[in-house]
Amino acid sequence: MADLSTNFLGIKSPNPFWLASAPPTDKAYNVERAFKAGWGGVVWKTLGEEGPPVVNVNGPRYGAIHGPDRRLLGFNNIELITDRPLELNLREMTEVKKKWPDRALIASIMVPCEEEAWKAILPLVEATGSDGIELNFGCPHGMSERGMGAAVGQVPEYIEMVVRWCKQYTRMPVITKLTPNITDIRKPARAAKSGGTDAVSLINTINSIVSVDLDNFAPNPTIDGRGSHGGYCGPAVKPIALNMVAEIARDPETRGLPISGIGGITTWRDAAEFIALGCGNVQVCTAAMTYGFKVVQEMISGLSDWMDSRGFRTIDDFQGLAVPNVTDWQYLNLNYITKAQIDQELCIKCGRCHIVCEDTSHQAITSMVDGARHFEVIDEECVGCNLCVSVCPVENCITMEPMVSGVDPRTKMPIQPDYANWTTHPNNPMAKLAAE
Amino acid sequence: MGSMDSGIRDVRAGRLSSSAYAEVFSDLHPPLSRHEAFVESDRCYFCYDAPCMNACPTGIDIPLFIREIAADNPTGSAKTILSENILGGMCARVCPTETLCEQACVREVAEGKPVKIGLLQRYATDHLMANGQHPFKRAEPTRKSIAVVGAGPAGLSAAHRLAMHGHDVTIFEARPKAGGLNEYGIAPYKSVDDFAQKELDFILEIGGITIQNDKALGRDISLDALKAGFDAVFLGMGLPGVNDLGLDGEDAAGCIDAVDYISVLRQSDNLSEIPVGRDVVVIGGGMTAIDVAVQTKLLGAENVIIAYRRGPEHMNASDFEQELALKNGVIIRHWLQPRALTRNEHGEVCGITLDYTVMTDGRLGVSGESITLASDQIFKAIGQTPAEAVLAEANIALTRGRISVDDEGRTSIPGIWAGGDCVADGEDLTVAAVQDGKIAAESIHRALMQQPEKVSGFVEATMADNSGGASVPEQQSSQPSHLVS
Repeated sequence: MADLSTNFLGIKSPNPFWLASAPPTDKAYNVERAFKAGWGGVVWKTLGEEGPPVVNVNGPRYGAIHGPDRRLLGFNNIELITDRPLELNLREMTEVKKKWPDRALIASIMVPCEEEAWKAILPLVEATGSDGIELNFGCPHGMSERGMGAAVGQVPEYIEMVVRWCKQYTRMPVITKLTPNITDIRKPARAAKSGGTDAVSLINTINSIVSVDLDNFAPNPTIDGRGSHGGYCGPAVKPIALNMVAEIARDPETRGLPISGIGGITTWRDAAEFIALGCGNVQVCTAAMTYGFKVVQEMISGLSDWMDSRGFRTIDDFQGLAVPNVTDWQYLNLNYITKAQIDQELCIKCGRCHIVCEDTSHQAITSMVDGARHFEVIDEECVGCNLCVSVCPVENCITMEPMVSGVDPRTKMPIQPDYANWTTHPNNPMAKLAAE
Repeated sequence: MGSMDSGIRDVRAGRLSSSAYAEVFSDLHPPLSRHEAFVESDRCYFCYDAPCMNACPTGIDIPLFIREIAADNPTGSAKTILSENILGGMCARVCPTETLCEQACVREVAEGKPVKIGLLQRYATDHLMANGQHPFKRAEPTRKSIAVVGAGPAGLSAAHRLAMHGHDVTIFEARPKAGGLNEYGIAPYKSVDDFAQKELDFILEIGGITIQNDKALGRDISLDALKAGFDAVFLGMGLPGVNDLGLDGEDAAGCIDAVDYISVLRQSDNLSEIPVGRDVVVIGGGMTAIDVAVQTKLLGAENVIIAYRRGPEHMNASDFEQELALKNGVIIRHWLQPRALTRNEHGEVCGITLDYTVMTDGRLGVSGESITLASDQIFKAIGQTPAEAVLAEANIALTRGRISVDDEGRTSIPGIWAGGDCVADGEDLTVAAVQDGKIAAESIHRALMQQPEKVSGFVEATMADNSGGASVPEQQSSQPSHLVS
């Protein structure tokens, strides 16, 4: 049986599944239920400074994108940081940590971008016994209008400055949570590292309008006829999150910086993919908000069984294994030739491969052969684009088969066994200088 | 089973408690809810050159109408359906989809679970009929008039299409109500809530159609008069007669024409008044045999046996229909053919003797054994027959007693078209009759307006709506295009 325990920045947890700072970690009641269900750790819902707490809207806070069977594919919210008094949160955090010493408890913090504000709150948090802090530089709505959250996360200099204050005023490990609402995720990650952060976590939610109510012509969720952009999350954002994680994992300036992966993690497989791209653990929110805390049990058993099947004893054994295989387009092997192949036994003759290839790609799949409905790849036309595989409703019916020798029927050129990329390609006017 | 020994027939009305009738005759396939329709429509793969569409006699663009449902546009979906099949609502209820579109569905091939095309079609057409207005507009009046004989599926389909093209249509219907078999023949659990009349009203909303009921060809009107008084004639009178068993005593009480019985049942406001036997025998192997067997069983008959002279694979009733009968407790006995009726002292039929049959070298013969079944009611359901006398008098070319037509529905007499069950090679399906009517109507329209062939379909309709009839370039053949570019 695989060992799922993790040691992230010295913070131990029995498994890599933490609940992200969000409504599920709003108070002791929820957090204790999560720990009972098996979650390895929680990032407590973001604390603000002392004084009257923030106020949320009293209309709908959430919006969703559904599949036809109401499966939740994407989720968005306009909720703010905790709306409970600071002192109450701190007291509950202290009690919970005492009661659940083997679980990770991280405090998420968002206070104004002033040294005094951070200096004031850090000792209060430290006194709770929390294992670390996460700096919320990501919240894209509401708080950012007040100069906090994403408003800080979008300015690398601010990130570096605040991280520096935190490292100065607390002994707790510092995790900097990044917003994806920027052009190049490496810039804020580098700034956090320069400020001395112990880790980054990403992604926070993405600026979004989930839909427009066509009866009232207002964004959803609609509050008394008007709506605001919210933060997008859930399964739909996972590919964006994976790319941003990979960018940081392979950037020479941030390589090796611990990463806590966030973004649409719904099953063990999603978690394994984030870890393979270098994450030390993962944080989950939408899956829990969709199904309840019990989902962690599938994640634990799934990850454990997969690790057993692959012979990985610990999380470290496969952490980052996919990072070296993420590269720039210019380094992809242009001599690698594949052709689609349709398994006629599995084909149900829906014809989708044909019509998408015919209408939108390379006219490389038949629809009729000898007067009969028959779908077959024309190797002379197939560029190996994978569109047919992507649209085929039958798993493994169409596969991309590499050509290892002979002549490519499309280009009439011999297949070259060696690796060659764009940087040295004769058609590249900037051959060898094409690094950018 | 005492009727034969005692000679006392047990035929009674009201075998069920009065509250039970509505329940046993309720909707066979309850309609899909909005959510169910979304989930089911998502199963459609939107196939290229879709096999389901090619299997539909009326050529409805099935992938498109399902996609319109998925995109929450049931009105548009219904228009897609109705543009090819104006009786799409009834066809959604009565089509043997398991041998048509759903049999061809690639998901039937892949997993034995086709997309529920019939129920989706019903979802869309129900929506439009409940909420929408008639989706088609009449063209400018042409001042041409067409006589349609028979207000069944073929006649109504032809009439609607002709009216849409701006012609004036008069339908002559032999029965007191229009609808044909939709009104008089469809099992009640397939068409609840008087749907046939609702659909009729919907079709007539196009305008320009007049129906004259109780006007039978050969009795109240003559073909010559129609030819003289109208610019064209469409014959869609179906099959008014039924085949006889050819046995002594089949005119006696207790030996019943299944089609008549079903129509009485359909027209009844109070099913508890319909007399039904305790022991029922149905002779035949088609849809009518199944319908009457299931309905007598539902009315409370204790033993219902269908006797069919060949094997299950030869039955005209689809597998689904056969299963429906079995599920309702009907017994289907194969390889039995009627030999003689048993009559009681009052001359009423109280039993039937059947010979066992065998197939030898492709020929059906009797084995020499026989069986006698008690029966309070014997139903004849061995096929319907054309209006022989009328057709003979008209001097119209026939094939095996039915009207010969070409692929546009033209008969041997110029100016007369025909379609539906009354024509040769008719498929005895509502949907096939609708297609016959549609094709004949287009042919009549072209003939009267002296127009070249015109393609109908979604693109044409859309372009016509938006740009006042701009034509669409002929579709290129997709096959050799990879060589062209």
